Amino acid sequence: MSIEYLGLSEINGPLVVLEGVQDAFFEEVVEFVVDKNSRKKGKIIAVDEDKAVIQVFDSTDDMSLKNTHTRLSGHPMELGLSLEILGRTFNGLGEPIDGLGKIDPEVMRDVNGLPLNPCTREYPRNYIRTGVSAIDGLVTLIRGQKLPIFSGNGLPHDQLAAQIVEQASLGEESEEEFGIVFAAMGVKYDVAEFFRRRFEESGVSSHVTMFLNLSNDPVAERLITPKMALTAAEYLAFEKNMHILVILTDMTSYAEAMREISASKGEIPSRKGYPGYLYSELATLYERAGIVQGREGSVTQIPILTMPNDDITHPIPDLTGYITEGQIVLERSLHQKNIYPPINVLPSLSRLMKDGIGAEYTREDHQDVANQLFSSYARVGEARDLASVIGEDELSGTDKKYLEFGTGFEQQFVAQGMNENRTIEETLDIGWRLLQILPREELDRIDTRILEKYYDR
Amino acid sequence: MNITGKIYGINGPVITVRGNLGFKMSEMVYVGKQRLLGEVIGLKQEETTIQVFEETTGLRPGEVVEGAGKAISVTLAPGIITNIFDGIERPLQLIGEKNGAYIPRGVDTDLLDKKRKWDARITVKPKDAVTGGTVIAEVPETPVILHKVMVPPNTDGIVLWTAKDGGYTIEEPLVKIRRPDGSEETLTMAQQWPIRVPRPIQKRYPADRPLITGQRILDTLFPIAKGGTAAIPGGFGTGKTMTQHQIAKWSDADIILYIGCGERGNEMTNVLEEFSKLTDPRSGNLLMDRTTLIANTSNMPVAAREASIYTGLTLAEYYRDMGYHVAIMADSTSRWAEALRELSGRLEEMPAEEGFPAYLASRLSAFYERAGYVENLNGTDGSVTIIGAVSPQGGDFSEPVTQNTKRFVRCFLALDKALAYARHYPAINWLTSYTEYLLDLENWYQANVGAEFIPCRNELLNILTTESRLNEIVKLIGSDVLPDDQKLILEIARVIRLGFLQQNAFHAEDTFVPMEKQLHMMKIILYLYEKCKDLIDLGMPMALLREDPVFEKIIAIKYDVANRELHKFETYRQMIDAFYQGLLETNA
Repeated sequence: MSIEYLGLSEINGPLVVLEGVQDAFFEEVVEFVVDKNSRKKGKIIAVDEDKAVIQVFDSTDDMSLKNTHTRLSGHPMELGLSLEILGRTFNGLGEPIDGLGKIDPEVMRDVNGLPLNPCTREYPRNYIRTGVSAIDGLVTLIRGQKLPIFSGNGLPHDQLAAQIVEQASLGEESEEEFGIVFAAMGVKYDVAEFFRRRFEESGVSSHVTMFLNLSNDPVAERLITPKMALTAAEYLAFEKNMHILVILTDMTSYAEAMREISASKGEIPSRKGYPGYLYSELATLYERAGIVQGREGSVTQIPILTMPNDDITHPIPDLTGYITEGQIVLERSLHQKNIYPPINVLPSLSRLMKDGIGAEYTREDHQDVANQLFSSYARVGEARDLASVIGEDELSGTDKKYLEFGTGFEQQFVAQGMNENRTIEETLDIGWRLLQILPREELDRIDTRILEKYYDR
Repeated sequence: MNITGKIYGINGPVITVRGNLGFKMSEMVYVGKQRLLGEVIGLKQEETTIQVFEETTGLRPGEVVEGAGKAISVTLAPGIITNIFDGIERPLQLIGEKNGAYIPRGVDTDLLDKKRKWDARITVKPKDAVTGGTVIAEVPETPVILHKVMVPPNTDGIVLWTAKDGGYTIEEPLVKIRRPDGSEETLTMAQQWPIRVPRPIQKRYPADRPLITGQRILDTLFPIAKGGTAAIPGGFGTGKTMTQHQIAKWSDADIILYIGCGERGNEMTNVLEEFSKLTDPRSGNLLMDRTTLIANTSNMPVAAREASIYTGLTLAEYYRDMGYHVAIMADSTSRWAEALRELSGRLEEMPAEEGFPAYLASRLSAFYERAGYVENLNGTDGSVTIIGAVSPQGGDFSEPVTQNTKRFVRCFLALDKALAYARHYPAINWLTSYTEYLLDLENWYQANVGAEFIPCRNELLNILTTESRLNEIVKLIGSDVLPDDQKLILEIARVIRLGFLQQNAFHAEDTFVPMEKQLHMMKIILYLYEKCKDLIDLGMPMALLREDPVFEKIIAIKYDVANRELHKFETYRQMIDAFYQGLLETNA
């Protein structure tokens, strides 16, 4: 099918309208040739009989209503895949940009993916040791989970993500096939470069596939970038039996791009100008994590998003939190106290943790210690509030103990080195050491038997 | 002859067909070559608007749209229980076996297994008069559920012929009847019912029996009636899903219908795995034997998400008609409301609050009104209880879905972020939650649990309310300066919070607590309060009382006293007496 259409009937931001088309279908990819030399790609986002609205994955700057030849490709957006993609770098449309030439695809895959049948999913249970106490101890990451990092501008979320990737892939499981798929959506050049360098330094770069859409790349391309990355991840995990960690950064830019395109389509906005389908769109990305019955591999997602104005109730973190299986929340006040990683454990959560820890996986006391640390640290907040009103000296003895526990918790348990890789035993033992600061009767979340075994150790 | 048309425009899940071809509103249609399922949602002289329940990628203008001649319906027959469906009753297990890990588009699978033979015992004989709802056969569907094949509503007549008892598929004839107008009709195990129409009933009863859940904060403080409605709103991570799982696992409904509406895929997998292993404490059978799952996860098509709620309701009403008590867990109604918003936006309707369509409130009320304790057409009693999770944006209860839901439910279980952060589960806030069923249920509690139950419950809530008032003061000046009787209230409130309200879903004994134990626990806590009050009235300082481990012992009752060992409460009473005597003697 190679009918070429000459000219366009309308251009509006990243959207163009083509009339008189035959046999165009919804979500079909089209190719443009502008002035007979520059090529662009686009996707049909609405059809009305012979009129197609096309979203261009590039700037529409040099396009006019006359100088463009349009050709329908006859297929939806696809990505060519083979094991060669490991160690390579692509742009947001899946075209190689590392100067190493085209890859020879083994299969072509529709990047939109299909929903995984809940009946064929396998419930994730194996924990991934990241070596970061706050995560391993309290917000345990499970293989096949989607666990985003909620951060703010200027917080060290990139360092944390890089540390997780390095330490998780270097762990005791290193004989298993692992891989990393990295998708940058509208991030700064420096951020992409930072990750590239860190992967190289830690010697994992031959296992990394990168899809880069930097902040000056076309906005419409940003919407397709994570789909490319996840298609690659699914291929590596479920057909090549690899354990894949997917880093998606920054989801906020992705949502902003969606708002921008939605506005130029003239759609009715819902919350804060974001389109009503923001939830569904985010879900189709996040839900592509998981494990499939009978396949060896897994897709684990660590999306990073920067909360606008550090507001966790902003639609992007809010909707994300409703889809993902927990969240790791970074907190500016901890960062200001020079605590790295500045994870605020109270709003952080791992929904899959309960089934992936305990005697079988980590240690029998893990759940109890975690519950107690959460509950005691929540008490610390109350004690601090009170101290700021009546002064520390006036506090009761127990409250003073809580203050001491709180400082210790932040400086010894949460804080650690950027290259420090703690074992789960170390993490839990630090937890016990801190709990010993508190009077024994305050430890009401721990089973009596476990308390006897570990408290006085 | 079915009406056909040609696709004119495509915009996401919404397609249009040029001209008015005579489609009816809510008619089911097959769209395109892949025969995707759709529903007519708008009719104009110039065009017909259709929502498609599957992804529309690859559809072209000009492809055929064919009407099915009936409203979007579900098939009702044995084989529903233990099954897992998507939002339009397609069996996911079968699709998985046929199509592998992913759900392809346009899969043409039978809604229910048509080959399986069910053991039927015919319950009518020739010349019997039958009307809508009359049971014509009984089929053991699972070890706990006896499926009653009924005459469809709005059908009556005289039985002409019946099949013999034996094994039949859901399509084989069981009974032939002659209708009053002389026409003959063959009845099978299967019937169709449009999902948006409530199934008819004889009359509604007041909701005066509780749905026992084994969860202390629900059964004692905020009970739900059978046939009642409850909403569980909460921000993410506050435990909506866990609370619903707990009710689904342990409540005394006969059948559980779990609707995963726009939620996580792994969660549905978890329910599936867990319910296939856990046994019902009452019958000893697998929980799955009384459960049906509807899974329309967040990445499945949005129109089917909208339909999933109605599919679930219709299945529930069908089993209610057999005389069962059905409880629906809808997780989450906010996702359903968002599906409405998304489709409304695609239709370019005028938005009301926060972009939601103006008909949000009426749709919500129509949904919750389908709950009820009723007398069925066939004279049996059954109920549909609806427990809907609400996921308010940003955890803010003032948003439209929570506010409108609040108007139509009678039990409101507000989940609290601060409690969840401190890992106090279930994180139901006892100050902002309420139930309107308490008065209706008072007689039941008096007759079945004990006359002291309601007074104890009120006393408990009273202490907790006082605690919150005192906490305001403590926040300003610290707890040391309070008088001893108020310190005691804080201490007892702590015992109530940790020992009674907090319940560990992962603890074998604590996950489900029978009513008798709940009452005993309340009584022992209040007994402790009474004795301590006496001591304080005698001038003993709270600091002295607190030295005794009795408070911690009472808190640990939930773990230390098994559900079968209620006699042990006597030893706790003696322990409190000893504590009282001991203090009296040493400090007299």
